[in-house]
Amino acid sequence: MSLGSVPLRYKVDIDREQCMRCMRCVDNCSYGAFRNEEGKLIVNSRKCTACHRCISMCPRDAISLKDRPVDYRAHPLWTSEAREDIINQSRTGKIVLAGMGNAKDFPSIFDRLVLDACQVTNPSIDPLREPMELKTHIGKKPSRLEFEETVDGDIKVLNEIAPNLELQTPIMIGHMSYGAISLNAQRSIAQAVAKVGTFMGTGEGGLHESIYPYQDNTIVQVASGRFGVDINYLERGAAIEIKIGQGAKPGIGGHLPGEKVCSDISCTRMIPYGSDAISPAPHHDIYSIEDLAQLVRGLKEATEWKKPVFVKVAAVHNVAAIAAGIARSKADAVVIDGFRGGTGAAPKVFRDNVGIPIEAAIASVDKKLNEQGIRNEISIIASGGIRNSADIAKSIALGADAVYIGTAALIAMGCRVCGNCYRGLCPWGIATQREDLVDRLDIDSGAQQVANLINAWTYELSELMGAAGINSIESLRGNRERLRAYMLDEGMLNVLQVKPVGA
Amino acid sequence: MKLDNKIAIDANDIHYTQLNKLIRKAVAEKATDIVIKNVLGQRFIASGLRAEINIDIYGVPGGDLGMFMNGPICNIYGNCEHAPGNTMDYGKIIVHGSTGDASAHSMRGGEMYVRDRIGYRGGIHMKEYDQKKPTLVVGKSADDFLGEYMAGGLILLLGIGQEAPFYGRGIGSGIHGGRIVIRGEIEDKYLGLGVKRLDMDTSLLNEVQSRIKEYCNYFNLDATKLLDENYTVLGPASSRPFAGKYTWE
Ligand code: SF4
Ligand code: SF4
Repeated sequence: MSLGSVPLRYKVDIDREQCMRCMRCVDNCSYGAFRNEEGKLIVNSRKCTACHRCISMCPRDAISLKDRPVDYRAHPLWTSEAREDIINQSRTGKIVLAGMGNAKDFPSIFDRLVLDACQVTNPSIDPLREPMELKTHIGKKPSRLEFEETVDGDIKVLNEIAPNLELQTPIMIGHMSYGAISLNAQRSIAQAVAKVGTFMGTGEGGLHESIYPYQDNTIVQVASGRFGVDINYLERGAAIEIKIGQGAKPGIGGHLPGEKVCSDISCTRMIPYGSDAISPAPHHDIYSIEDLAQLVRGLKEATEWKKPVFVKVAAVHNVAAIAAGIARSKADAVVIDGFRGGTGAAPKVFRDNVGIPIEAAIASVDKKLNEQGIRNEISIIASGGIRNSADIAKSIALGADAVYIGTAALIAMGCRVCGNCYRGLCPWGIATQREDLVDRLDIDSGAQQVANLINAWTYELSELMGAAGINSIESLRGNRERLRAYMLDEGMLNVLQVKPVGA
Repeated sequence: MKLDNKIAIDANDIHYTQLNKLIRKAVAEKATDIVIKNVLGQRFIASGLRAEINIDIYGVPGGDLGMFMNGPICNIYGNCEHAPGNTMDYGKIIVHGSTGDASAHSMRGGEMYVRDRIGYRGGIHMKEYDQKKPTLVVGKSADDFLGEYMAGGLILLLGIGQEAPFYGRGIGSGIHGGRIVIRGEIEDKYLGLGVKRLDMDTSLLNEVQSRIKEYCNYFNLDATKLLDENYTVLGPASSRPFAGKYTWE
């Protein structure tokens, strides 16, 4: 033990004057930071993960929490994190895993973009009075329509229209599998999307029976492990998504550790109890863009061309060219997951260093598809670090059709982004399979909160649109004229195709 | 008793979607047997098909034959392109010839018998669950990465009339479930990471013997000689191959 211990990550303090020794914090902390010793409340700060469960449950506001209470010698390069990772790895010789999205201090592009509003020359629209069209259709659109007049004077569309998903709002909930999150969390999300008329992703975890009632609002995922995938699963989903990559860990596969594979998960994923669920890095039937097109067609053929098929890729350097390749397959939508996308567990070196921001990825994909005249062939769904309705409005103005939210939906159910999902002890009942913890998440309230969030953002979107004199989400899509960049460099402006403020 | 109802389809010059429509139509018409002639590269034949039916295919089917298939027995009189039996659920694919890469990819149940050779990545990520146990039997040879990432089921490679090696490198790398059984001795250099040599136990021996008999039955071969041979049994060193690779933040 020549390395000794590293300093406390968090320090929990109890205001003893305030504390009434109700011991709720003891009961609520699944990490064991509190204990009750003969009526005395004892705190072990080393066990704290800053999940805030105790703080939110304390009736007396008696708990305070401090991040990194012990200073190191200040050094801009050798941050405490850099030092502690080295200590960890020199002890273990292993790859460091971490939770949630990219935690590095990269500047946010969203925060350097501002939206437009009408003044004098073109009036803004009052969304209370005028109808605002937020309905979004995801899927292939014909490049032109052909009509015919019938004998009784009606107009008939002659094109065969590919199946599309109809969303009441351009906000969907991304793929979080049963296994990564609890069944109660997934059920809350399912109820919420059904209520507001949008869709959720199942993740690569199969489709649990209790989600069947909401299957018309789910997008089933086919990833490299092919877990839980059979023809019934494919037919139940409203759409099918092929997952190639994920923003939090582009280029590598995933695996659900065996200890998380309980009997219910084992039967949903269709794998043995307690065995690791390993998703290899590539799909081993996809080694090229042609192979991807083959899987897209394979899924369509198996479901008799009734389901839209999406392809999800991580935002990487070449994402525009990759998306153009995807658009030329029979795929209906490309999902781009930016480097801030969340995850239960990813190697930290990937989470923090691989991939590009979603803002740049959307703009470059939209631009490339426009240049090639195939933008209408495919919808663009953006995900990875979307925090509010402004991020959504900006994503759409940069060229997205709709967004997937993930972490935001978890926060709506209680998550405080503590980043300890991988430990399976989530005190909010979200990223855990422990029954007593899962029970803490009430499905109806969870669903209501998630629905509230989507509704609130939808209101804000219509207000933002109205202020900009836009009454249909379609007119915002790819409408970079409604964006200006505040202190972004010229290279970035070219990528985004956005003018600087004042121009 | 179910009456025989044989329906013939001529695949000459028709697109795979059209062909699958005809197959589904035949199923709807309660066919017990479908005979498809003149198959030339049509992909996805019987893809996603749920039916207890016998399908005879003459010619060379394209990729992903029997993908997500659940139930049918397909006899192919010819070679197959890549990935027959991809993510197949249940049923049988019997190939009187050879198949391409990623044969039986992610197969979850059912059986596949290939008379001759398979390409690279055969049986990759095959997995079993509960009653479902996929089986891939290959008569002659397989290329590299046989049974890679395998999570369950059985791969049996017979090497009939072949001198070793009739297999490539990287056999079973990342395997975390199931068994790969290969005729004769195998040098270590052909084995992938995470593979362990295991002893043949009685239940596996019984299974192997009955699979060999079934294989010989389909292709009119004499099983006695094959049953006499020694087999190498390969399985996972652990059902959790990555457990020791990571540390938490
Ligand atoms: S929950 Fe608050 S009041 Fe109750 S014991 Fe803990 S710190 Fe004290
Ligand atoms: S979901 Fe994960 S990050 Fe959120 S509170 Fe639970 S363990 Fe922490």
